[in-house]
Amino acid sequence: MKKFVFSRVLQAVPTLWVIATLTFFMTRYAPGGPFDTEKAIPQEIKVKLESHFGLDRPLFDQYLLYLKNLLRGDLGPSFKYPGWEVSELIATAFPVSLTLGVLSLSIALLIGIPAGIIAALRKNTWLDYLPMSLSMAGICLPTFVLGPLLIYIFSTQLGLFPPLGWYGPADWVLPSFTLGLFYAAYVARLTRAGMLETLQQDYVRTARAKGANPWQVVTRHALRGGLLPVVTYLGPAFAGLISGSFIIESIFFIPGLGKFFVTAAFNRDYTMVLGTVLFYAALIILLNLLVDLLQAWLDPKARQAQ
Amino acid sequence: MGNLDIQNLKVSFHTREGIIHAVDGVDLSIKPGEIIGLVGESGSGKSVTCNSILQLLPTPPARIEAGKIEWSGKDLLRQHDEKIRGIRGKEISMIFQDPMSCLNPYLSVLDQVAEPLVIHGMASPKDARKQACEMLARVGVQRVVDHPHAYPHEFSGGMRQRAMIAMALVTQPSLLLADEPTTALDVTVQAKVLNILKELCTDLGVSVLFVSHDLGLVAELADRVVVMYRGKVVEQNDTRSIFSNPQHSYVKALIACRPTLESNPVRLPTVDDFMNPKTGKGQALKKLESPSLNLDSQETLLEVQDLVVEFPTEDGPVRAVDGASLIIRKGSTHGLVGESGSGKTTLGRSILQLTKANSGKILYQGNTISLENIQDRTRFRKSMQIIFQDPYASLNPRLTVEQALLEPMKVHGLGKSRKDRIDRVVKLLEEVGLGEEYLHRYPHEFSGGQRQRICVARALTTEPEFIVCDECVSAMDVSVQAQVLNLLRSLQASRNLTYLFISHDLGVVKFMSDEISVMQNGKIVENGLAEDLYRNPKSSYTHKLIDSIPLANRSSDFRL
Repeated sequence: MKKFVFSRVLQAVPTLWVIATLTFFMTRYAPGGPFDTEKAIPQEIKVKLESHFGLDRPLFDQYLLYLKNLLRGDLGPSFKYPGWEVSELIATAFPVSLTLGVLSLSIALLIGIPAGIIAALRKNTWLDYLPMSLSMAGICLPTFVLGPLLIYIFSTQLGLFPPLGWYGPADWVLPSFTLGLFYAAYVARLTRAGMLETLQQDYVRTARAKGANPWQVVTRHALRGGLLPVVTYLGPAFAGLISGSFIIESIFFIPGLGKFFVTAAFNRDYTMVLGTVLFYAALIILLNLLVDLLQAWLDPKARQAQ
Repeated sequence: MGNLDIQNLKVSFHTREGIIHAVDGVDLSIKPGEIIGLVGESGSGKSVTCNSILQLLPTPPARIEAGKIEWSGKDLLRQHDEKIRGIRGKEISMIFQDPMSCLNPYLSVLDQVAEPLVIHGMASPKDARKQACEMLARVGVQRVVDHPHAYPHEFSGGMRQRAMIAMALVTQPSLLLADEPTTALDVTVQAKVLNILKELCTDLGVSVLFVSHDLGLVAELADRVVVMYRGKVVEQNDTRSIFSNPQHSYVKALIACRPTLESNPVRLPTVDDFMNPKTGKGQALKKLESPSLNLDSQETLLEVQDLVVEFPTEDGPVRAVDGASLIIRKGSTHGLVGESGSGKTTLGRSILQLTKANSGKILYQGNTISLENIQDRTRFRKSMQIIFQDPYASLNPRLTVEQALLEPMKVHGLGKSRKDRIDRVVKLLEEVGLGEEYLHRYPHEFSGGQRQRICVARALTTEPEFIVCDECVSAMDVSVQAQVLNLLRSLQASRNLTYLFISHDLGVVKFMSDEISVMQNGKIVENGLAEDLYRNPKSSYTHKLIDSIPLANRSSDFRL
């Protein structure tokens, strides 16, 4: 087990290096630079800025310097937020994204899993058709439609929750649901499919032959196998929740990492782009590792393979 | 002690294609302590009958239309779900066919064996584990006692089935329903499991309904045999009388069409011979009256020398074939018998170069086979063909029979024109007992036996000299098996074919083969003429294989 975790962490090093290299050169070769603005700034100032950030040196030297700093854990200064280190910006924005991600994921699982189980147990009845139609709608409906819709109903009309901002728990409700419902739809479908598959297994019949009641059959015998596809999906889903929440953060005016990420790309804020990409990459690797460990905990056969 | 009495049971399946009457008025009773064998081929309704008792059939599509299943005076079909659950696993237990899929892979074996006691409130979880341990030790699954956290995947099929038996008997039920409990196991394992089952049930005074397709196996333990055919009971009698004096022609056929070790027929009787005496016998017999082969005068077609095949695994390479050598003579059948994992299939495949050998030589007509050169490869592939075990999986479901049979001819450039090739396909179909009318049908429109005939025809399209038959009748009912075996033999006589006949069933191998090699753990432990090998087995393993075969399957005129 320890060996497995250790080897996975080691494998992450070359992955991160490849990502850093690709991102470094791709951003540099993209047209424009951090100090190209619509209103041209005086040439002398631009030259001075570039030399201050080391942009006047040969590209390969800059690359080596960046890697050297990276090894020390230094992601460099932001080009667009003067006086801010990239790591400081991530440290401020990430907790917001994390809160939003954890809340959305909890909503997704708390709604999706029971809905999927019920649909599977009552296959081809209205208890199956209703949640499955809703989940299809949930998948089809983009968050930028659902978000304003929820704002209109629960904020403008009912006045229950604030429409935007990120100051206290009341502000968390609408964005978490907007994001969570979308993932709940996926989770419900995956749970249903997994449960249907498992309920057909011979060992479920064995459980019935032992005299187990329907509740025991589901919780003791079918659920573990049925939830494996959901667990596999959890890693990418959580990473997506945290990194892909740009739209939600824009709609609800949330100071999360997704917004920093996207604006950094527009601004050619080289260090900020690199920093966030590497941070997300490390996060995704970590989450996938956690998912593998969770799977091993659920499935004794996978445990052995590790 | 309970008394089970089934009266006029009717079960049908309501599918999109229509209603199938799987069980059509079955009467069956089991007295306390009695062991009943319920025998029939696939589709006869034996498993459906068995599963109806505890109402474990999937509903829909299954529907119990009529009848009574009385258990200790109560009709099980008219009880509440909760009542039935109270009987399941406590008064009536069940074991299923496939021990690989019937145990929950996510729970430890010990917990699963203990579970019935907990469900029925017969013991606290701790006590239940203790009792489960005792029962597991009794059936010989010592490992669980030493490793209480062992999961099913750590056990072999035989051990899992023993655990299933322990699970079924831990509550000391009055009746055990065993649905083909040993069918998925190797013969030697089957013999052991069967012994345990019989001993334990006799000790505990449990009555047993033993469902099986294998009449010979049932004779080993049943007091009384019930034979089902197309949803109906055609005959029931005590075991001795069924074998010595069968009444119904189907039962007579079932007894006669098994290839047994003692008998040495040229052709196996088929169910048709008995059910329609006028049309059945005749033509196939004529073709088979070829003089018996003088093996010494036959030239060697294929020689395997010191073949080694290894598969890489996480724990290092595993030797599937470990220095095997054999000689196959032209026009003969070389039988290769062994249990699962013995390496017989890998050996067959590496002869055809479908699996790469690590070392050793394969000589075909005295030459080593090289696949480097495309011309050599084409010639080689043309002269060697294979028939696989599962005719359902080995035919592409999206190709018609015509397309499937034309393809090899096209690949090898056989036949002058498309019309010529189609003519050949039709001729081949007729040769395997099908006709022109089947040309444009898809595999799903055929039965298993017909599909295997198509596979035989497909193997013949390139006019090969040598065919590997890899467990090609293992998935079939005995009556269908007899037809396919007869077909293979008559084709051999008419086309002078050479077969490598791979099977786990020594009876079938002996019927087919002139020479037999016995394989165990990748090595050939014995080889010799078929008759000698059976009469005077030299290796202890061959002895064990023969001893594991139910008595009734060794001789066709079996008497108790």
